Amino acid sequence: MRPNINVKNRVAVVGAGLTLFRRRLMETPQELSWIAARQALDQAGLDFNDIDCVVSGSAPDAFDGVHMKGEYYVEGVANGKPHVRVFVGGGTGVFVPVAAWWHVASGLCRKVLVLAEEKMSSASRPHPQAVFKHIWDPLVEKPLNPNLIWIFAMEMHRYMYRCGVRKEDIALVSVKNKRNALDHPSAQAAAKITVDDVLNSEMLVYPVNRLDVSPVSDGAGAMVMVSEEWANRLTDNPIWVEGVGFNLDSTNWTNRDLGYPVYLKRAAEMAYRLAGIENPMKEIDVAEPYDPFDYKELHHMEGLGLCPPCKAAEVTKEGLTQRDGDLPTSPSGGLLGVGNPIAAAGIMKAIEIFWQLRGEAGARQVKKDVVTGLAQAWGDLMQVGTVVVMRR
Amino acid sequence: MTDFKVTPLSEDSFRNAIRESTSPRAVYDMAPGEAYTKFFEGLREGKILGTKCPSCGLVHVPPKVYCQYCYLPLTQWVEVKDEGFVETAVVVYIAAERERLEKPEVVGVIRLEGSGDRYRYPGLMHRICTEPEEVKSSRIMGVKVKARWATERKGSINDIECFEVVSWK
Repeated sequence: MRPNINVKNRVAVVGAGLTLFRRRLMETPQELSWIAARQALDQAGLDFNDIDCVVSGSAPDAFDGVHMKGEYYVEGVANGKPHVRVFVGGGTGVFVPVAAWWHVASGLCRKVLVLAEEKMSSASRPHPQAVFKHIWDPLVEKPLNPNLIWIFAMEMHRYMYRCGVRKEDIALVSVKNKRNALDHPSAQAAAKITVDDVLNSEMLVYPVNRLDVSPVSDGAGAMVMVSEEWANRLTDNPIWVEGVGFNLDSTNWTNRDLGYPVYLKRAAEMAYRLAGIENPMKEIDVAEPYDPFDYKELHHMEGLGLCPPCKAAEVTKEGLTQRDGDLPTSPSGGLLGVGNPIAAAGIMKAIEIFWQLRGEAGARQVKKDVVTGLAQAWGDLMQVGTVVVMRR
Repeated sequence: MTDFKVTPLSEDSFRNAIRESTSPRAVYDMAPGEAYTKFFEGLREGKILGTKCPSCGLVHVPPKVYCQYCYLPLTQWVEVKDEGFVETAVVVYIAAERERLEKPEVVGVIRLEGSGDRYRYPGLMHRICTEPEEVKSSRIMGVKVKARWATERKGSINDIECFEVVSWK
């Protein structure tokens, strides 16, 4: 089915690049951006001079300590070009290709460099997590001295309670993704672990243990997105971005049921409408649901309509989400395995779908033939969903 | 692809590599706004106040001067019972800067009575005075709780010490 929208240009991804993800990298944000961008351009067969527009994204400025971070990290890749930085917290990494899509689809730009960079390690003392102290409502929440992991633990427990899911079922996601990451050349937290390892790791905020969570990371990723005319000129294997979706729920996360991500359902519906997808369970061949925590992969699979509500743990337990399963999820290794340099982690998921659809994922290539894939991210105070649907 | 290599740093090499350190010292003093001014005045008197939407009927706690679902101004103030149900609860071993707490605390979201539907409701994040075991067994979920008020109140969310269990299911 053709999308029901008047798009001036179809949009394709023709190249991608990704740095190593590590707890600390020596490179500056500018250098990381420069390296990832050159790598993406290299694969696309283009040069900086060929690029019309740059769309970039990064998480809170406070990580770098430079409160105009967008202009700072793009200095080597966007000088003299129209540039926009987008930001929706953890949702940023997938929002960057979403925003790049409308730059090309509208006819405004033909060749766009799409960049996401994150250097969390600079905020080194007392801990990078301390930066998140400043995302809460300053009047009614911050006086309780919350850590970011508190809210995720609250969402996780609500989800467990509402859906009757156990911690050991959820831990299977961490086991799967960390194992998948063993085949990813950028991976920071790849490992062969067991459910017991997860359950016995340091308790941070019950029900969240250390191995339920992705690590703090530095890294950058980039893609090149172009119009149909340029895609056909540059490659025999363009991957089309056919659907984009994004949606915002209330910042007042204490005023809504955390058991089901309504904002993600809405974002997915928007992307599916554009892509002409009527039954995501049948039509999505491979997915990268956002997994900063293991329960989030399950929660997001349900929000994306990849399985019925409360069924994701069952589907995972049956092995359907493994690389050789019917619905491979996070074949990259996800944030849990590859690492979580926030915005760069989101674009890493979009890049994985690009590589999977091109058949270029190497040892990570899923077993089934894949035509349609999806990448998703989530952010701010558990209120934003961002989705891209791609086809080969 | 050696061309695109980046350089991981260990803890030791990072310490040796640091060239500059900065510590921003901004202190933020927050004006409370229209809705929270009344909300904090209410807390000082030992009351939880909310604003009611004339269209959808939702009582907003924490209160707002607008309904973000109907995009309407809210002018009707209502007192909400200082009781509710535990929507979710967790045991926290770490606080804001990832410092480990000497004694773990229970915090959660309290769904206050008065309005709402399956998805939306008036609610607050707060401490819950109960044992970690009640969270780990999920026994605390859905249980009725009531605010324990501080004796000296100054118009802050901390005027409520915690929510205490009224009756176990």
